[in-house]
Amino acid sequence: MRHRLARAGARLFPVALIVAVAVALVFLALPVIAIFTDVSPKELIDSLDDDTTVDALKLSLQTTLTALVIILVIGTPVAWALATRRFRGKQILETIIELPLVMPPAVAGIGLLAALGPKGILGPLFDSLDVQLVFQTAGVVVALTFVASPFYLRQAQAAFSTVDRSLLEASRTLGASEARTFGRVACPVAFPSLLSGAALAWGRALGEFGATLVFAGSFQGVTQTAPLAIYAQFGTNFPGALALAAVLVCFSIAILGGVKLLGRLQPT
Amino acid sequence: MSGPGLEVTAKAQLGQTELDVSVRVEAGRCLALAGPSGAGKTSVLRAVAGLLRPHEGVVRCGDEVWLDTATGVSRAPDRRRVGYLFQNYALFPHLRGWQNVAYPLRGQKRKERRAHAVELLERFGVGHLADVRPGTYSGGESQRVALARTLARDPMVLLLDEPLSALDARTRASAGRTLKTTLGESDVPTLVVTHDFNEAALLGDEIAVIDHGHILQHGTASALAAAPASTFVADFTGAVVLAGIASPGPDGLTAVDIGDGVTVLSTAQGAGDVGASVYPWEIALVPVDAPVTGSAQNRLEGRVVSSTTIANRLRVTVDAGQPVTAEVTDPGAQAVDLAVGKPIALTWKASATRLIER
Repeated sequence: MRHRLARAGARLFPVALIVAVAVALVFLALPVIAIFTDVSPKELIDSLDDDTTVDALKLSLQTTLTALVIILVIGTPVAWALATRRFRGKQILETIIELPLVMPPAVAGIGLLAALGPKGILGPLFDSLDVQLVFQTAGVVVALTFVASPFYLRQAQAAFSTVDRSLLEASRTLGASEARTFGRVACPVAFPSLLSGAALAWGRALGEFGATLVFAGSFQGVTQTAPLAIYAQFGTNFPGALALAAVLVCFSIAILGGVKLLGRLQPT
Repeated sequence: MSGPGLEVTAKAQLGQTELDVSVRVEAGRCLALAGPSGAGKTSVLRAVAGLLRPHEGVVRCGDEVWLDTATGVSRAPDRRRVGYLFQNYALFPHLRGWQNVAYPLRGQKRKERRAHAVELLERFGVGHLADVRPGTYSGGESQRVALARTLARDPMVLLLDEPLSALDARTRASAGRTLKTTLGESDVPTLVVTHDFNEAALLGDEIAVIDHGHILQHGTASALAAAPASTFVADFTGAVVLAGIASPGPDGLTAVDIGDGVTVLSTAQGAGDVGASVYPWEIALVPVDAPVTGSAQNRLEGRVVSSTTIANRLRVTVDAGQPVTAEVTDPGAQAVDLAVGKPIALTWKASATRLIER
């Protein structure tokens, strides 16, 4: 009896696998497909003419790319330091860097307010420098950078630590300083991984909602990025919200596809 | 001596092993650091290159002091002019052949750097790889490009880490000759690390046998083979080492009881616990029923465990209580049946038996 049950189970298992895969596929793909099928393509394209939509897309591109540049310029050396150095408290530092990954975005926004807002810790400093972040485009960049940077840092640190150590040592014995080794060997060899890390961070920044809303607000043309515009529009102008969503989905697919492609280009 | 010599003293903790070595290599000479893996050979190279910092040590090349822990001198690796050939060759995968070789060349125009690099590549017969990235190189090609790159900086010291171990057996012979020629033309001190005694004998003017972080014996290959200072060195040089107890024997010879009532005779003097070592090529194989002839006073009987042809020689391992390996040229082996399990006798002269204290 037990034997027969076991055999039935063995036969059923592949079927169960297929069912599970099918359920997951439908559940994950349906909303994406719906965005493109619920509204006719003409309506989608027409609604892209809308001021709110255009402003939101422009702002999203501008702020996410600015955040990305900041993340790359500061994050790459940080990732290198973490990958090549051993020091006291390194694990604590790594945990702090990873914290935004698990922190609810709204909490991140509140935290940024408490740190950089007018009444925050650094408020008086920014005040004396006449720098305004809250409700400003710069504030959006700050929120995006905060939320998206761990995605790049983690990937870049992993990328640097998998670079063959003998390549770095060879560079040193061939007369190159650490800085030159970093620029001429480590970065080029890790480049595909660094790029995919950057793409992940960019994808996260494009979708950022909570921290931006809390820290920078949602003002058209100033702080209203595409996700915020979708939220603002979906009650009054559903096709417009869908059109924006469709554009974002296309971006996401392009980014994901790019990451996968880069993964394949990874040199051995 | 034409140029400056290299002087290295290093003490460092390597995991469980305490590295404690001191070597000196004159200009134009090559010292082979030989020993099993984990013995600390590579660490000596790394200490010279500045990739490992000994807790106590001195590295001096001619007038230049690269490391002196007593005075706190420790130059960064890029400020020591070494040519380090890495075991995996460590070619930069994103750079073309000539760019790899030109990597250490600074302060010249691109055109000059390329010309210099191509010239070096051509010297090693791999000029056709100038515009090819390392991904498609064969093992031998990688070794040549890496060697060209190592020499591009005009190093004061050459450090070669297992330069032939990444190659297949066929490439190894020709790559070994290339390397030997290069070393012959070089006028700088060279340290080469290898776990293979034959490789050490080929490349090194002298050999230092290292184990557990210490140099056990230092000398020419033939000196080490003729008078190994320990059973480890004897074993490492490829000798068969039979453990036994020595006592005075007939005719002024020393008799070594290796167990089961079997005795091995040696012209060397010794007493107590000893290793009786004999080289495989000094052992002859004869049928067990053959009459005893010639001057070979030693005779062991056993059964064939394996026989392998290497180049023009036949390597036969026999279980004679202790494993014994004999190496014979093919003609010598024709008279005996070497099928696995067949009984066979091994003979050699008493004068070929060296005694090493254990």
